[in-house]
Amino acid sequence: MHIPDGFLSPPVFVSSWALSLVSLGYALKKTRGILKDKMIPLMGVMSAFVFAAQMLNFPVLGGTSGHLLGGVLSAVTLGPYAGAIVLSLVLIVQCLIFQDGGITALGANILNMAVIGTIASYYLYILLKMIFKKNRLIAVFIASWLSVILASVFCAFELAISGTSLLRIALPAMICVHIFIGIGEAVITTLILNFILRVRPDLVEGLKR
Amino acid sequence: MKKKDIYIGLLIAAILAIFSFFSSSSPDGLKKVAQDKNFIARATNIIKAPIPGYLFPGLSNKSLSDCLAGLFGVVTVFVVSMGLGNLLLKKDK
Repeated sequence: MHIPDGFLSPPVFVSSWALSLVSLGYALKKTRGILKDKMIPLMGVMSAFVFAAQMLNFPVLGGTSGHLLGGVLSAVTLGPYAGAIVLSLVLIVQCLIFQDGGITALGANILNMAVIGTIASYYLYILLKMIFKKNRLIAVFIASWLSVILASVFCAFELAISGTSLLRIALPAMICVHIFIGIGEAVITTLILNFILRVRPDLVEGLKR
Repeated sequence: MKKKDIYIGLLIAAILAIFSFFSSSSPDGLKKVAQDKNFIARATNIIKAPIPGYLFPGLSNKSLSDCLAGLFGVVTVFVVSMGLGNLLLKKDK
């Protein structure tokens, strides 16, 4: 869902840059307050993992492919703010070194995937965790599925406000594709967190009581 | 997190990156929508990145250049992330 240059109009990319910078600043401040020595390597490993996983596109129905975004995965292991920083770092490296996602659209990509797909989706997970008290992995599954759909909804609005596509065309099309990509996200995220929970439960901050 | 865990984590990421040549070459969700709804032609590139499209330049073998780009990315992201983490920690003290 990495938006390239040219899809967003200047007012849209400037305001999404502003929104994502403010959110990132807040995330950095929050992380600084709670960061412990032992968390730094986990942040490093998680960003390496999210980067690698984002390179692996799995096929989805109808000649489309999707890959893990890793927002909920990072947020549940590192907390929402350090998780958003991990996602942003991955997006910045992808943009500057691999030309994946445009430089003008980087703010919007951070907004969609690190702010909405990670921070907002983490609070969705917290909400779902209260509903499914007995099985937190169900909350993980639904939250990661919704995280992808929500990010695609934001993307569709950005495209529509930019005049790139009409909302009544972009919104259903984006949601339709990402409902399926989101299932991949949900399955992978749940499997990984279930695995970490079995071998190293101490690493999964957000799954603790 | 112990040293051993870091090595295991990085090894997993490196293995995933190496296997990235198995990655599906179909367009992703946004690209597919852009193609179907006829706005893909608007896509441009403002900056010239050193390793565009996850293909390490100067290699004729696509799989090999895919692997190398992936490994380079994994190491870069890890180093940047650890660096930022340490920076945040230092400022706190």
